[in-house]
Amino acid sequence: MTPSATSPETNPRNNQRLDRAIVVPRVIGDHRDFLIVSGLAGAAKDVHALEEGADNAYLLGGAMGAAVPMGLGLALAQPDRHVLVVTGDGELLMNVGALATVMVAGVSRFSILCVDNERYGETGNQITHTAMGVDLAMVARGFGIRHTMAASAEDEFDAAKALLRRTDGPVFVHLKISDTPPPKPSSRSFDAVERKLMFRKALLGHV
Amino acid sequence: MSDQTIWGNDLYDTLVEEGVTLFSYVPDGGHKVMIQRSLDDPRVRSVPLTTEEEGVAMAAGAHLGGIKAVLLMQSSGAGNCINMLSLVANGQFPFVCFVTMRGTFGEENPWQVPMGLAVRPALESIGVVCLPVERPDEVAMTARAALAMAYKSRCGVAVLLSQKLIGAKAF
Repeated sequence: MTPSATSPETNPRNNQRLDRAIVVPRVIGDHRDFLIVSGLAGAAKDVHALEEGADNAYLLGGAMGAAVPMGLGLALAQPDRHVLVVTGDGELLMNVGALATVMVAGVSRFSILCVDNERYGETGNQITHTAMGVDLAMVARGFGIRHTMAASAEDEFDAAKALLRRTDGPVFVHLKISDTPPPKPSSRSFDAVERKLMFRKALLGHV
Repeated sequence: MSDQTIWGNDLYDTLVEEGVTLFSYVPDGGHKVMIQRSLDDPRVRSVPLTTEEEGVAMAAGAHLGGIKAVLLMQSSGAGNCINMLSLVANGQFPFVCFVTMRGTFGEENPWQVPMGLAVRPALESIGVVCLPVERPDEVAMTARAALAMAYKSRCGVAVLLSQKLIGAKAF
């Protein structure tokens, strides 16, 4: 049965998927390997939970669709660093053309981790298009992203972690997780100015 | 209407002199010289976008990484940027774009008129300062003013290149 947009039935496969609070840290590994841009909502909370106030991470709290192009701008500015974009399925769908821009920009140390819970988690847990058959890994491949993989099972997470670190990217890892809520931030440290200044100070030595 | 090969080259040289090293664009005839110069210049990167809002976020990311970026677009693209400009406003990111205007002075394509008229109020309503340019001798100085304002006053600035400057395309 195809789930409909109006009745967010839980996908039976979804119950077997793992909790993002466990899987996301495992796949990212040492977050200090990367400069990170994280999209709004669940993705930002996932990254926030890795290390509160990490100065190598810029967390978005709005501007839906910004994560991939913002990470791309950072990667073009810092070609010797590895940039990781963490984004949700809903955000990526809003600005999916950015994957084409990534492909043509020729960035090689650039990885996208799409944390796909098939839900708009911030707005009432409505299902996204990925719950209805849209395959974002295939979309990324179609846009010409060099290395793509889908990971949803325990034995795929080490390969996903290694792929995120490839330096002949761009890389796209599509992580299918359950619809359990993201880690709750102990404080909502998403001040856009404060994080900008902190990030630049750490990376550039000045604000 | 003035010769784009003169003001376009002048504008491009000014931006590079001022330290811009990343260009992003959605093509427009009025930006033809700038786009080609940026693609041919090994000193800079130039990236085609699928929609203008990507260029807003890309410029913010470039600032995080310590370089200066500008976005080149047509007036129809300004509307595509509005929510993404929340990032510029809320994060006090420097942002500079060059908008070739349609739908205003002598426009013959009715599809261009509604967004052309909406550019300035739309951009200003989300906090972007608009600096219109009508004469070729004002292009370079306005570009310098836009960069200075964006980077020193930490805001978004749009340089609006009017149809008096670029000409009203007849179709």
